[in-house]
Amino acid sequence: MIAKPHVDWLALSPSLALLAAAGTLLMVAVFVPRVARRQASAFVGFAGFVAAFVFAAFLDDRSRHGVTLVHDAMFRDKWSSLAQVLIAGAGAVAVLVSDREHMRDEHVAEYYALLTAAGAGMAFFVQASNLMTLFLGLEWFSIALYVLTAIDIDLIGSLEAGLKYLVVGAVGSATLLFGSALVYGITGQLSFDKIAASGHRHDAMFVVGLAMIIAGLAFKSSSAPFHQWTPDVYQGAPTPVTAFMSSGTKIAALVVTLRVLQTAFPQDGSLWRWAIAVIAIISLAWGNIAALVQRNVKRILAYSSVSHAGFMLIAIAAANPLGARALLYYLIPYSAMSVGAFAVVAARERELQAPVTLQNLAGFGWERPFLGISMWAFMLGMLGFPLTGGFIGKFYVFAAAYERGWWWLIVAGVIATMISAYYYLGIVRAMYFRDRAELQLAPAGGSPPSDVLLDAGVLVALVVTVGSFFAVQPLIDLAHSAAGSLPF
Amino acid sequence: MNDWLTTILIVLPVASALVIAIAPFSTYWLGSLAALASLIEVGFWITAASKFHFGSSQLQFAQRASWFRDLHVSWHVGQYAFSLWFVGMTVVVMAACTIYGWWVGRDRGRAYFALMLLLTGAIVGVFTAQDLLLFYAFFEAMLIPLYVLIGVWGGADRMRATITFVVYTVVGSLLMLASIVILGLQQGTFDLTQMSTSSSTWLFLGFVVAFAIKSPLFPLHGWLPITYRESPPEVTAVLSGVIGKAGLYGLLRIAIPLFPQPVHDWRVVMLVLGSASLVYGSLLAFRAADFRGVVMYSSLAQAGLIVLGLFAHNALGFDGAVLQIVNHALISTSLFLVAGMVERRTSTGEFSRLGGMARGRPALATVIMVAGIISLAVPLSTSFAGEFLILAGVFQQGWAWAVIGAVGIVLAAMYMLRAISGVLHQEVGPAVSERATDLRLGELAVVVPLLLCLLGLSAWPNLVSGHASSSSTAGWTRYAP
Repeated sequence: MIAKPHVDWLALSPSLALLAAAGTLLMVAVFVPRVARRQASAFVGFAGFVAAFVFAAFLDDRSRHGVTLVHDAMFRDKWSSLAQVLIAGAGAVAVLVSDREHMRDEHVAEYYALLTAAGAGMAFFVQASNLMTLFLGLEWFSIALYVLTAIDIDLIGSLEAGLKYLVVGAVGSATLLFGSALVYGITGQLSFDKIAASGHRHDAMFVVGLAMIIAGLAFKSSSAPFHQWTPDVYQGAPTPVTAFMSSGTKIAALVVTLRVLQTAFPQDGSLWRWAIAVIAIISLAWGNIAALVQRNVKRILAYSSVSHAGFMLIAIAAANPLGARALLYYLIPYSAMSVGAFAVVAARERELQAPVTLQNLAGFGWERPFLGISMWAFMLGMLGFPLTGGFIGKFYVFAAAYERGWWWLIVAGVIATMISAYYYLGIVRAMYFRDRAELQLAPAGGSPPSDVLLDAGVLVALVVTVGSFFAVQPLIDLAHSAAGSLPF
Repeated sequence: MNDWLTTILIVLPVASALVIAIAPFSTYWLGSLAALASLIEVGFWITAASKFHFGSSQLQFAQRASWFRDLHVSWHVGQYAFSLWFVGMTVVVMAACTIYGWWVGRDRGRAYFALMLLLTGAIVGVFTAQDLLLFYAFFEAMLIPLYVLIGVWGGADRMRATITFVVYTVVGSLLMLASIVILGLQQGTFDLTQMSTSSSTWLFLGFVVAFAIKSPLFPLHGWLPITYRESPPEVTAVLSGVIGKAGLYGLLRIAIPLFPQPVHDWRVVMLVLGSASLVYGSLLAFRAADFRGVVMYSSLAQAGLIVLGLFAHNALGFDGAVLQIVNHALISTSLFLVAGMVERRTSTGEFSRLGGMARGRPALATVIMVAGIISLAVPLSTSFAGEFLILAGVFQQGWAWAVIGAVGIVLAAMYMLRAISGVLHQEVGPAVSERATDLRLGELAVVVPLLLCLLGLSAWPNLVSGHASSSSTAGWTRYAP
């Protein structure tokens, strides 16, 4: 008689829901006739993400004490389940944005299958509690994203972006794997807890291993100087994919970064805190300065995402409970703003049938008042203005840095914000202050296509962006209990 | 009910803005709605003023609710005697400007009126917030509508104007944010009423730079010329009338009470900057080529004078500064609106092309004359009272400061008389056609109430100044020896 191991299905449910959706979608690709395939696959994809959202929220509620599962391979705790909630939410909105995206009918179900598979990978990744599952999760969602980036073969630059992402991403994964191998070699342990408990020495090999793990994760969170793929991939990928990538990958990579560093390497805090702080400052500087000279809106947003990685790394560098709270809180409005902003870009793109630049945003705010106001809110939120959660997020990040005693990180963040005002407000300026007549742009022809689902997605993002400014306390409570899962 | 008054004063315009943003009416009706909302706002302020206990030094109409606990940030609003007057000038000025925008018929009315009301709520919030982070949120929130108001409805060079304006103010306010974060976490609370003083010069400078940019104060006034020129007249009136006052209020409510030691160390610097703004602004106003230029640089000069009063370190100077803030809000709003009315008739504000407008236009002549005369601080006027108090106060710091202040007042007479005669008297200018009408009823309805407020204050300036320092635990008395 073989003893059946106990399986904690609830802990796996967010990933499983998304995997189930992915599997169903592959069936849809084969069995559902072409006329209904687009709607059916969007529906299944959306249902998958919503189910994952609900399961993750339920899991969050039922995971008062963090535990590890499957021989210390996975965590079941509030830290990962809150991140899963965010990832699933971003994915659901990304499905809404994808619905009207120009796509060949023969790819459409596969597209959603990959999107849900990527979501499943991220949900798995944030639960990782040893170096194996960490790498597995990373590769899982990365491979799905490589294909998604290149899926639209009609889109100029999509294939190139996919290839770039593949090559650079593979370097990132290899770096992480190498680093993991070195750490395993020194400590003889895979799981984070045991690495921390192994009482290892500070020898060169270990330090190199730690550095490579940080670098590998920094590739995924697109922190400078490991961000080189970001602008090209964000620009080249189909915009809904960019929307999902910019929020989902960022959530997963940053949440895992703090978890790995704090759980597996608490004794080496003096090392990695400095490393993260340096990466944060480079990201802030590079992201903001490079964004100044961009004209393509997707590239601006890509560099802005680099700079936001910098802000969130400040919270990680602080490495205190307040920093953990700040990170999770920041991710809530950030992922909403990011998905929402790319959704608005997608709407304009479909209207013009051309890449969106600052130039051809002219008059957009007046033509599409709802999308214009939403974009305005997203830009102000990224800039960290009041009436959006971005303001509170930055405030928390600065507070965390202050509590660590690193006031110079506050100064760096403040200077970065000053620089960023130029390009965020530049987008507002482009939308409202000039009109088409002045620039003599040819109208795209006809009234803009109505896209209720995309509008609904943008509305959700807008509500989260603005709502997180007012409802700070409940969100901070959530972040607080999630941060309780980390050993500080 | 009383506890809610401050909150209502903040929320009412914001709620009206949201209604206007989505209400399915024509522009005309949206404008009427905005005008009505701004008048109701004034009504609520009058209610507040009638219920206010001027004898008490407590925070009144206060309301407090926790916003987020772990960093001790709360929605805490309320009014001291001086804040009540600042709120009053805000609602009156904003009502005048909103109604002027309606009368002029700004295009894209939905956005315009919603933004004006949003701005009203944000400014009232700045003057009543008793929590540093909340104050900052309102302070930044002012910028959002202003940016669009200038960028969409401004003049030909509005792009450059908005960039200049935003660069200056964002740099200033983010320095302040850094100061706020550090100060609040040091003290363990962001509540202004519970904060103890700090002796950090860096934090003080973070606040002072932000407020000096907003006020504006020499040498941080670089954004002023282009922004004031390119904005629509009623937005310039708001900028000069109340937005600039938010910077002075910040000095009065935050920088001075919270940092006694740095204030002491930096007093001479601040007095020098105030004097420099006063003299430099007056000289620029004297050689400005257009009507708006005169009013614009005179507000730089006035900000300098008010700073002299604030840093005089005594009750006289403080009272004078509070009174003068209210005076100047009303004066510069009237003058900028009148400048806008003149520009509408002649499509220019340049003195070389204006002149002789008094002939056949008695209402215009009277309005400009009254506003101009009050602004140059003729005895018996309310600005005379304010400036006199400031000079008397700063005299105690050293007679030289009072001399500079007096010089400034003489210069004010010179530039204002020059402006009045440049528009109203002398030869009829080439831009002034016979068909340029006198002020219409609608325009008078906007300007005359402002002038009546000024005349009322001239009769009874003590209404504002009498209760400013004596009745507050927050302002000057906090650091009084």
